[in-house]
Amino acid sequence: MPRVTPAPAVRMRGIHKRFGAVQANADVALQVAPGTIHGIVGENGAGKSTLMSVLYGFYRADSGQIEVFGQPVNIRNADDAIALGIGMVHQHFMLVDTLTALENVMLGAEPHWLLARAQAAVRIKLEALMQATGLQLDLDCLVADLAVGDRQRLEILKTLYRGAKILILDEPTAVLTPQETGHLFQVLDGLRKQGTTIVLITHKLKEVMLLCDQVTIMRAGRVVQDLPVSQASIEGLAEAMVGRKVNIGRSQGPPTAPGPVLLQARDLVLRDALQVTRLKGLSLCLHAGEIVGVAGVSGNGQSELLDLLSGLLRPTGGQLELGGKLFEASAWLDPRTARELGLAHVPEDRQARALVMNFAAWESAVLGYDGLPEYGQGGWLDHPAMRRATGQYMERFDVRPRNPELLSSKFSGGNQQKLVLARELGQAPKVLLVGQPTRGVDIGAIEFIYSQLRALRAAGCAVLLVSSELDEILALSDRVIVMYQGAVTGELPMADCSEARLGMLMLGGAVQ
Amino acid sequence: MRASYSLPRWADLLLLPIVCLGLALLLAGLVVLLVGQDPVRVMTVLVQGALGTQRGLSYTLYYATTFIFTGLAVAVAFHGGLFNIGGEGQAIMGGLGTGLAALYLSALLPAWLMLPLMLISGALFGMVWAIVPAYLQAYRGSHVVITTIMFNFIASSVLVYLLVNHLRPAGSMSVESAPFAASAKLPTMHEALAALGIAWPSSPLNLSLFLALLACLGVYLFLWRTRGGYHLRAVGSSPGAAEYAGIQSRHQIVIAMSISGALAGLVGMNEIAGVNGKLLLEFVSGAGFTGIAVSLMGRNHPLGIILASLLFGALFQGGAEVAFEVPGFSRDMVVMVQGFIVLFSGAMAYVFAPALAWCLALLRPRAVASSRLGATDG
Repeated sequence: MPRVTPAPAVRMRGIHKRFGAVQANADVALQVAPGTIHGIVGENGAGKSTLMSVLYGFYRADSGQIEVFGQPVNIRNADDAIALGIGMVHQHFMLVDTLTALENVMLGAEPHWLLARAQAAVRIKLEALMQATGLQLDLDCLVADLAVGDRQRLEILKTLYRGAKILILDEPTAVLTPQETGHLFQVLDGLRKQGTTIVLITHKLKEVMLLCDQVTIMRAGRVVQDLPVSQASIEGLAEAMVGRKVNIGRSQGPPTAPGPVLLQARDLVLRDALQVTRLKGLSLCLHAGEIVGVAGVSGNGQSELLDLLSGLLRPTGGQLELGGKLFEASAWLDPRTARELGLAHVPEDRQARALVMNFAAWESAVLGYDGLPEYGQGGWLDHPAMRRATGQYMERFDVRPRNPELLSSKFSGGNQQKLVLARELGQAPKVLLVGQPTRGVDIGAIEFIYSQLRALRAAGCAVLLVSSELDEILALSDRVIVMYQGAVTGELPMADCSEARLGMLMLGGAVQ
Repeated sequence: MRASYSLPRWADLLLLPIVCLGLALLLAGLVVLLVGQDPVRVMTVLVQGALGTQRGLSYTLYYATTFIFTGLAVAVAFHGGLFNIGGEGQAIMGGLGTGLAALYLSALLPAWLMLPLMLISGALFGMVWAIVPAYLQAYRGSHVVITTIMFNFIASSVLVYLLVNHLRPAGSMSVESAPFAASAKLPTMHEALAALGIAWPSSPLNLSLFLALLACLGVYLFLWRTRGGYHLRAVGSSPGAAEYAGIQSRHQIVIAMSISGALAGLVGMNEIAGVNGKLLLEFVSGAGFTGIAVSLMGRNHPLGIILASLLFGALFQGGAEVAFEVPGFSRDMVVMVQGFIVLFSGAMAYVFAPALAWCLALLRPRAVASSRLGATDG
């Protein structure tokens, strides 16, 4: 609500920042009122992280002014920012796993050279802080043993301990369950009531609508809109972000009668090298013409499941039926066999698995399929044919820039993913395994990827979708499997899915 | 490789190595000055000695031949993601293989059968010497850098042992084998060109130069035109992606090292079959290690390796001339110059890249402006 406002907590004007040929920020202005939660939304590469990095002193702007609480400031590095009361919680936590929560808070800001005394002093201060903010956690627990939500609370606590009055949060809910997200929002709301200013970088528009007072939308390095949330709508924000109308909501088409079973896994057990059981007797089957979503907090065995089914890992026990063949744990399939049986795989880790980053696009575009006769006879590779195929992939999947010679690493995340999809869908697979299809992908590309997955379903392919984005699973699936600690805690048809219910299952709760 | 600065491709491939070479020579010149010699004179003698005469050029090419083999060996392993430090040992074993074949069969077989046999034997010996560390890396997890270094020592000891105890003719005092029969002698360039009616000075340069160039072509075709090469490079660039593609990285490690070892083993064709005509000690004399520098400087590409081999060959030959012509300037000084070149063009190449990119950016607008005045400058 517009009141008579004191000096803004943060005021950035005319911020320009250029990386080589890329104008990451162009004449960006941002004004954050004190004691509010200010959302910054935009696609990947829109410049929101760059802007915050300028504010936090990671980058220096090429030009522009910054004022903090009305004072013009010169922020040269993170220490300057911290001294001005600016704190940042990164998407990837900056914590030392082998130290306790308390030691992590103290690290680099020990109030006394004797550790015992320092710890005592920090503990008193922290306990008061925890009381005041509701950020409760066990200070003597090793960070390695903390749950993800607790680690995030610790990060926030750490910045507050260092006197942060302005808190920057970069995609804070990417790693959280719905319940943990809810708790985080309560905490942030409480902090706002106590006068802390919060800047929230996110691409989840629902969160903005729920939590923020004001929202700034960025596109291609510029601010395209800045408005109070009371005047915003999700559709309007999405349109402003992308620059056109988008449709990625729940519209998976009419439910089809399940077709024949294309993949059946029974009692998969996986123990890793440390004899930790990662999968505890998991069974699942995929029918033609359906998308099965696998929900769960990251690290509950979803990645291992994908790796097993695609032949990258071999299980300790269990069996798999695919393409009319039965594989036992002792004679498991390998990725090559899996492909020959019509199984395509879009891996979770695009950078490390799906593409060879320092290969040209046309070399990466045949990875795993280089044995096909159309790419060359008798051990030789037919470069013109590979380039032609890549050109066609790029055309069909709208990969930009359309340059097969460009190194794979030079494409944006979304375009890399489109290239991977093009390759994996190129041979009309019968079964598709897809992990985190839209991680690091901008919203325009997300829409395109969804439409491709839906088309594949309509064509009678069985799709297994692993995603940490609940919205994505809800938008695409016919059936949802929830995994918790290496086992299936529930399986629901789409009609019975709600975020609350899935959230319960993701935390190990039983189905009612 | 390239970070935030962006260097045009031509500058990255051509200008940067030249700038680095220039800086290395400049620094070397300073050191020459420090020891009280005239850098200009030393440099003139060096260049004259290496490239100025047909004889000097022959020696340069002869050294370059060996460096091409060892350089290619390092490059192939590198594309497979492996650092083969064992070129030295593999070359020694290659020479041993070449020599043993010649020693026992050269009296019986004609040259057209003998020479290919020596080539195969040398390549096989080098290959086997590289496969052992490769196997240990792929299946037992012992690091190939460590094992190949140790295999260098073993190879040189094996050679000494065999020469001293078994291959030395009875009554001979020198540690070398009996000379081979004539059929085991690879024709020198002098002889080959004389047969064509072209006069060329007598030197150690022999037909294995062409073998080296063929090897370059073969390596290029293998790495960039075949499925096998594609798999090998995929493993070297991204083990995760290769695994995902169904490529067995363990097999690729063994394949990469086999090819690498075989290439190093071909050194025997140049040194044993081409020059010495008998098995002896010290015929590799560090070329295996020079190969690392050659490959590094040649950016692991056959074409670059040819150029870098020529440079190092010229330094070797020119250095020998300098040591001979300039009193008080030992061969060790030439080794130092080589050290500078390795340091600047290998380890520190990208230290200068940002500065170079900056300079180029400065030049660009001026280049447009001065193109109108161009004729006077040009």
